[in-house]
Amino acid sequence: MSKMTLKTEGDTHVVVTRHFAAAPEAVFRAHTEPALIQKWLLGPDGWTMPVCINEARPGGKIRYEWTNGEAGFYLTGEYLELVPFSRLVHVERMHMPDATPDNHVETSFAPDGAGTLMTMRMTLPDAATRTAMLSSGMEHGMEASYARLETTLKS
Amino acid sequence: MPNLDAAFSALADPTRRAILARLALGETTVMELAEPFEMTQPAISRHLKVLEGAGLILRRVEGTKRPCRLAPAAVTEIDQWLAMLRQALSANYNRLDDVLAAMKTEE
Repeated sequence: MSKMTLKTEGDTHVVVTRHFAAAPEAVFRAHTEPALIQKWLLGPDGWTMPVCINEARPGGKIRYEWTNGEAGFYLTGEYLELVPFSRLVHVERMHMPDATPDNHVETSFAPDGAGTLMTMRMTLPDAATRTAMLSSGMEHGMEASYARLETTLKS
Repeated sequence: MPNLDAAFSALADPTRRAILARLALGETTVMELAEPFEMTQPAISRHLKVLEGAGLILRRVEGTKRPCRLAPAAVTEIDQWLAMLRQALSANYNRLDDVLAAMKTEE
């Protein structure tokens, strides 16, 4: 059973939901404290985040840099709004190395039983950008699956 | 079934992904495609040739025009994009579960 849902909404939105077995305060902190972010926001196996800047205040800057030892790319963003432990609003773009169009992201953390329901709503400038974003996600995901397949085949 | 290697190298280019996104809305001509991309028609034609070779689009002859549309296989590819993004995000959130469990232990 998958705990996560991912769906497109209208022409320009992508909505992700996920339940966590921890209080909203903990999930919020894991999204805003660099030392915690660096432990999980990594994408496929083999990637690390050596640089993690997250200034959790309105107007604060975000910068994440990923590397797999050979290739790398980074993301920059700015916070627009923060409501401690319940809501984050920011814009972000990837640099690969050209910057992608801005992705406007609203993330909410709501109590859900003994845990938290996270809802992340992304808004892209247009349908073509959304398709391009989903396709770059695919390329990353593919890489991870190929790597896993390789491991499976070797063992 | 399109050649997977050709399909992936075709999809690696942002202009070609944007062309596919446009074609998802319906059949169109080279001239109509060139307009929003601020590219010449020969440049667009080269991208279309790559997409056609990868089996992602189909073209037909209509007088002097060769309108193109998304191949059924490309629609499946687009569905797979969503599935793959889901997989990459799931990996992140599974790691976050471990981070949250460790935070609890520290308290």
